[in-house]
Amino acid sequence: MDAMMLNRRDFVRELLVDRGDLLVVPGLGSATYDVAAAGDHPLNFYLWGAMGGTAMIGLGLALAQPNRRVAVITGDGDMLMGLGSLATIGVKQPNNLAIVVLDNARYGETGMQPSHTDRGIDLVAVALACRFNHGHVVSSSDDAAHVRALLHRGEGPLLINARIKPEDTPRVLPLRDGHAIKQRFIEALNSV
Amino acid sequence: MHSPTPIETSWPDAIYTQFRRVGIRQVGYVPDAGHSRLIALVKDDPDIADVVLTTEEEGVGLVAGAALGGQRAALLMQSSGVGNCVNMFSLLRNCGFGCVLLVTMRGEFGEFNPWQVPMGTITEDVLRLCGFLTYRVESADAVDETVGPGCDMAFDGNLQVAILLSQRLIGRKVWTR
Repeated sequence: MDAMMLNRRDFVRELLVDRGDLLVVPGLGSATYDVAAAGDHPLNFYLWGAMGGTAMIGLGLALAQPNRRVAVITGDGDMLMGLGSLATIGVKQPNNLAIVVLDNARYGETGMQPSHTDRGIDLVAVALACRFNHGHVVSSSDDAAHVRALLHRGEGPLLINARIKPEDTPRVLPLRDGHAIKQRFIEALNSV
Repeated sequence: MHSPTPIETSWPDAIYTQFRRVGIRQVGYVPDAGHSRLIALVKDDPDIADVVLTTEEEGVGLVAGAALGGQRAALLMQSSGVGNCVNMFSLLRNCGFGCVLLVTMRGEFGEFNPWQVPMGTITEDVLRLCGFLTYRVESADAVDETVGPGCDMAFDGNLQVAILLSQRLIGRKVWTR
């Protein structure tokens, strides 16, 4: 079974190869650690809280920067908490916004309890029902290059549900000071 | 005899004019009778992205994302919506995102629906606990002089400002059909 699932660290690292000026909003918990582990970058807006809000931060950013690409990389728990935001994004149809859900069907930060996706709740189907332009499931590392291309060139809004192994990974802890993360991001965005 | 100045159209226009003056480019809202004219003005403005939300807390994320991308955003909600936002408000305070909230009050003087009273009576206290500066507006002629400086404080100082539009103001005519 694990053979059909992704190693989250390797997958996220591959997504962020040659990222250029991709704007990345990782959701709280493991997604933030994964993005940090791929290499700290000023165009990462690390979240340490605001659970359920990651996709909407991506929307506000995508609307404000229509000529740049925005990648929300988050967990299934965060996405489930912000399910309504998929409908809100579907109304606005931002073509520069991609969401990658790192779906281990678990709440990793609180002890690996099963999430709704463990019981068959289908986030891709929800996204497509919310008028996302594209959505599919990936479970093989062979798919990483294609997903990376979608982040940079895919017609959004799109959602990729990445089946990842439910395993503990070492925590890689980036900046926690919200003001500093914000300021660094804004300065970097203004300089590229 | 006075020519009847329609108060219910003048104060939303004053808010909209202030939005234009300070350069607000995104407005998040949940459909609301009290804000209906302001929402219509925003939707008609090609320079402002109107974002209709399924729940008010989505708007908090929107404000943060807009600010990261260099745009100013405002949120319109009813007092009941403030309760939906409480944890998400930590994003604004924790990162210092300037934000203007225009809150139409329910559960105040003359409220018909008692179910609005519990949240309406704690709205201002909740906002203060969440780090907002709060300013109440009781009459149409005070809207402009409150919203303008409120926007300046929010965006010049990266502060969280909530302007509470009282039920005395909103209830006068907007809800009669």
